[in-house]
Amino acid sequence: MQVRLRNPRRELELPGPMRVHALLAQLEIDRETVLVIRSDTIVPGDAVLGDDDVVEIRPVISGGAS
Amino acid sequence: MKCTVCRGPAVMDVRRHNANFCAEHFLKLCRDQVAKAIKEHRMLEPTDRALVAVSGGKDSLAVWDILVGLGYDADGLYLGLGIGDYSDASGEMARRFAADQGLKLLEVDLPADHGFDIPTGAKAAKRVPCSACGLSKRHLFDEAARTHGYDVVVTGHNLDDEAAVLFGNVLHWQTEYLGRQLPVLPERHGFPRKVKPLVRLGEREMAAYCVLRGIDYIVEECPMAAGNKHLGYKEALNLIEAASPGTKHDFYFGFLARASDRFTPEAEAEQDLLLRCARCGAPTTTELCAFCRLAERASGGRA
Repeated sequence: MQVRLRNPRRELELPGPMRVHALLAQLEIDRETVLVIRSDTIVPGDAVLGDDDVVEIRPVISGGAS
Repeated sequence: MKCTVCRGPAVMDVRRHNANFCAEHFLKLCRDQVAKAIKEHRMLEPTDRALVAVSGGKDSLAVWDILVGLGYDADGLYLGLGIGDYSDASGEMARRFAADQGLKLLEVDLPADHGFDIPTGAKAAKRVPCSACGLSKRHLFDEAARTHGYDVVVTGHNLDDEAAVLFGNVLHWQTEYLGRQLPVLPERHGFPRKVKPLVRLGEREMAAYCVLRGIDYIVEECPMAAGNKHLGYKEALNLIEAASPGTKHDFYFGFLARASDRFTPEAEAEQDLLLRCARCGAPTTTELCAFCRLAERASGGRA
């Protein structure tokens, strides 16, 4: 599968099938700090991502303190 | 994963509620939480004219969308801060959302209207960029509300923002800030009323709201914010939250219920000292307000 990350933007190619939770664990990403998005909608943690999927791991934390 | 409400397929988990939601019921949860915050803290009246501080990010676009959906009369104000490509992109997001929804967006451009941008202003005033940015935003939103006759300024501060600010204020015992860290600041001394309708929702929920509503927002982090203290406080709280979901909610709402009024005298003492800025007329404790001093330093004394 193709995995798109942000801040900074980069792409990874990983083998599927794999559950969303397992993908985030493999990348050492706290699941509470991101959304996993496929085809413009959110993919829940127990969903299985296929080998041909394109997913975005979108960070949700923003930093302005004002 | 099944929706806690309808048992259909869920798309979003909210760990502090120990619940999962389908898209329809998650969007309803967000609207209900905003309505509850508005009612509990008496933020808005049905006849209020609200001005939403719009950055082009998830929180400000979500709160604008939810308020309009709840029937409130809400316009937006976007501030161009002169932060290079980031400002160009965030302004475009704000304009596109307003155009798509048929909403009114006011704009103020810091470089064009006040002669300086945030990177220059921060450097000249020897402030960290987030500090120069924050004070500029507060000043310009207050001014726009006064000038255009809005009853209230709405900001997109969410539960994560408020918990992180509270954490920082407690770590350094900034008691005057603790005294005014409230979801509603009433109108007084020349300041408009300010409300934070997203205090019952976390930032992951606001990002999910935007994705599920098809709202395009700026995902990239502001380049000036990298490594700031606020992000560090959020990281620390997220580590605690991961081990004990609901801690941020208990921290913030426990403070409001059991501690915030103990700091009210500190905040009110500062309010009693307010004068009018000699240059712009804004309320201030010094001859020139902090924004006018920043503008003066940024322009090398020409402001």
